[in-house]
Amino acid sequence: MMIDRRLVEYFDWWMLALTAAIVTAGLVALYSAVNAGGGGGQSALFGRQLIWYGLGMMVMITAFIINYKSYERWGHLFYFLCIGLLIAVLLIGKYVGGSKRWLTMGPMSIQPSEIVKLAVIIMLAKYYARVVRPDGLQLRELVTPVIIIAIPFVLIVRQPDLGTAMVIALIAGSMTLYVKIKRGTLTGLIASGTLAVPLVWIFLKGYQKQRILTFLNPDRDPLGAGYHVIQSKIAIGAGMISGKGFLKGSQNSLDFLPEQHTDFIFSVLAEEWGLIGAGFVLLVFLLLITWGLQTAQRNRDPFGTILAVGVTMMIAWQVFINIGMVMGLLPVVGVTLPFFSYGGSSVITMMAGVGLLLNVSMRRFMFEK
Amino acid sequence: MRNYLESVDTDWFNQRLVGVLVAVVLAFTVLSIRLLYLQLFEGRELRRLSEINSIRLQDIDAPRGMICDRNGTTVVDNRPAFNVYIILKDAKPIDETVARLAQLLNESPEILMATIQENRKRGGYTPILLREDIGRDIMAAIEVHKFELPGVQVRVSPRRHYIYDTHAAHLLGYMGEISQEELQGSPFDDCKGGDFIGKFGVEKAYEADLRGKRGGRQVEVNATGQVVRVLKTVPAQPGQNIYLTIDEQLQKRAEALLQDRAGAAVAVEPDTGRILALASSPAFDPNLFVAGMTRDRWNELVSNPFRPLENKATQAEYPPASTYKIVTAIAGLEEKVIDAKTTFYCPGFYKYGNRAYRCWKKSGHGEVNLVKALAESCDVYFYQVGEALGVDRMAKYARAFGLGAATGISLDREGKGLIPTSDWKKKRFGVPWQGGENLSIAIGQGFNLVTPLQMASLAAAVGNGGTRYSPYVIEKIQTADGVVTFQNSPREDGKIKLHAENLALVRQALWQVVNDPKGTAWQSRIQGLPFSGKTGTAQVVSMPKASDGSSGEIDALPKDHAWFVAYAPSEHPKIAISVIIEHGEHGSSAAAPVASALIRAYLGDYQP
Repeated sequence: MMIDRRLVEYFDWWMLALTAAIVTAGLVALYSAVNAGGGGGQSALFGRQLIWYGLGMMVMITAFIINYKSYERWGHLFYFLCIGLLIAVLLIGKYVGGSKRWLTMGPMSIQPSEIVKLAVIIMLAKYYARVVRPDGLQLRELVTPVIIIAIPFVLIVRQPDLGTAMVIALIAGSMTLYVKIKRGTLTGLIASGTLAVPLVWIFLKGYQKQRILTFLNPDRDPLGAGYHVIQSKIAIGAGMISGKGFLKGSQNSLDFLPEQHTDFIFSVLAEEWGLIGAGFVLLVFLLLITWGLQTAQRNRDPFGTILAVGVTMMIAWQVFINIGMVMGLLPVVGVTLPFFSYGGSSVITMMAGVGLLLNVSMRRFMFEK
Repeated sequence: MRNYLESVDTDWFNQRLVGVLVAVVLAFTVLSIRLLYLQLFEGRELRRLSEINSIRLQDIDAPRGMICDRNGTTVVDNRPAFNVYIILKDAKPIDETVARLAQLLNESPEILMATIQENRKRGGYTPILLREDIGRDIMAAIEVHKFELPGVQVRVSPRRHYIYDTHAAHLLGYMGEISQEELQGSPFDDCKGGDFIGKFGVEKAYEADLRGKRGGRQVEVNATGQVVRVLKTVPAQPGQNIYLTIDEQLQKRAEALLQDRAGAAVAVEPDTGRILALASSPAFDPNLFVAGMTRDRWNELVSNPFRPLENKATQAEYPPASTYKIVTAIAGLEEKVIDAKTTFYCPGFYKYGNRAYRCWKKSGHGEVNLVKALAESCDVYFYQVGEALGVDRMAKYARAFGLGAATGISLDREGKGLIPTSDWKKKRFGVPWQGGENLSIAIGQGFNLVTPLQMASLAAAVGNGGTRYSPYVIEKIQTADGVVTFQNSPREDGKIKLHAENLALVRQALWQVVNDPKGTAWQSRIQGLPFSGKTGTAQVVSMPKASDGSSGEIDALPKDHAWFVAYAPSEHPKIAISVIIEHGEHGSSAAAPVASALIRAYLGDYQP
């Protein structure tokens, strides 16, 4: 195979450097999270995360070596595979702490609801690239996207994993707004959506209402989510300007959070590295997201542009929701912090996402005159 | 023109991107402001709170549901137990604190320190349990000295209490610490390691109803670990109370009658299936399991040759012996192999092939018809009925009475028993059924196996005119507030298709068993309270061995098992009973008196 010299020339070193910075910071925080307080048998998780990053690198390289136009052509196969996995989760998934989210394959467990985000992004990009028009989409053009989103959404809600389902809806929603909906259609959608909420509420069962209310308001669960938020806020605040120092975080060492190495890892970081560390991480995330949008801007192919926006929005929403949640601004919804939270499926998904961005960025010359 | 409008170009996309970028920057601004607020503005206060981990959670244990009998008499409840914990991070200086505490507990400090060392790695803020159930006096002493005992906590938690010790032990069951595997399972989502859950009996079968839901408190503590204020409380939800169908008095009577013997007694209401008594002997004391069983005690229970942990009423399977002749008689009548007038001559044995099958009465019964054969339990008569019927036709009626299948009572691994057929034997052993085996089956020996519960149900069905009811022990379940969440009701398992005159004939014979001077249970009759029954004496092949080689307290010579099944009164019965006494020798001398005493206890003031 001939390698076009421009592929090397156009390689996006900035994107790679920003990712490397984030991954490094994430690993440092994870090391603290699993080792503080005597480890409690979790220190092995750090090694496992390194292995996941090894796999993640391979996935990333694969994701950017293959011309992304192939993803446009074959995206639906990936999508159906992911839907198959989600169905498998409901049928034979591993039951942990009240929900079924994992598929066990030998020594590893995967969480298909993470990977399906990418499938939805590719499918939507493929569809929108075909129908996008300057005056915006009409209602009948929104039927297909709604089906694309609804299938995984419902399957994930059934697990139940409201947080991930919501993230998928948010990513898809922002992509749709990006390609523009006709003003009248949008107004109509918002109006009918507002009207539908109370109607849906009436038809929900008691325990479903409880679950949603607790999901939205952690104070309703003072022994679970509510307690975690209090401890998380204490941890973050206790970091003050310069932090307590590496491995010196006392909140973390209490094992106060069952999810300190997954959902609440930002609190561990903020306690040990203070405003300086947490601010730095926020800044790098902002740069990465801006760079992702820059990638979208520089590509002249509608599919590439929309794909880049989708992947960037995936990172942006998760960063915003996760950090907002651990600081007590948003409900505790169990959304992971990209590149920080422990978990193979999350790592693979994020690395694949970066691979796609690199891909779109690198092949922009193909559409130049 | 139209073409232009329908195509999008790079500029259009870039314009749309500006909106996205603005939204992202806004979101990050919000996050930054919040971060600044927490770390700069509230930083000092939050750091202070973090230093001593001052916001903590404390569990509030849910009281487990109570278990009551049919009249509402409580048989299992909870009593408060005071447990002493230490939180290492608060207990400073640790040596002095432990020394002071040891003095109050009347324990050596070394032993306490050893417990602490064992649990050290669980983290400095996890309370370590030092002593359970310390009693009010010591609890009061610790509370008085609490300022000299930083990090020491006394917590009250409800502890299971079986009020009458061994009473109904097998039915009520016992509890034990939750295992690692159980913790993984979905029914135990709200459990933690160290929790006690039902492991046997009603405690196990109705665990989900009894357990309740743990609550908790968010508290703020000071530097010595004392609670300064309670921030939030989630009250524990008590478990649901269970009302059994058991009649307390009858159950106690049954247990007293089985005292010092190995065996079981079951009493049911014939026209509902309600179980009135379900006793198994020897029993165990479920209270011994509450604090955690010691290895020695456990070994003692497990190695006891009389199997105290087994619920003999539902789990043990015995040959039905002559009580099975009820089935053989009905099968013979229904299949028209015999009728009321059929007689056989009994010389004390029956020659089949080149073997003589003996009657229990060596001198023989002479000329016998069906009623006499049942009343006096003539084996020779039934050998010939069995020979004519064959095993498969007998099995059909045994099955119709519910033998060979679990009754569906919701307790532990219920014994199914065994009702053989020729097909079954072919499959199981690969050899065809032998004609001589029909003779053994007819008198309830051979492969036949039944549980005492199945036999009580059989007696009930004969007594009520041929309707089978599923036996049940749970009358209702209600919340602590008295809201009934489950109300049981009699469940018919179907009518047995019988001709009324055939059943009447058998019932007349069963009446004679007790009320005819020649009947095998004549000795156990009750004056003015006619009841019906059937004795049985099951041959024992292998004998249990006591682990220490001695025969133990219970006489364990190789004697036969004694059976008696009965219903009373003979007309419109109110109670059906089965009794088995292991190695009791004769149904007439060992089992029938027990059943008779139970009937007297239950129907003492009965007026016909």
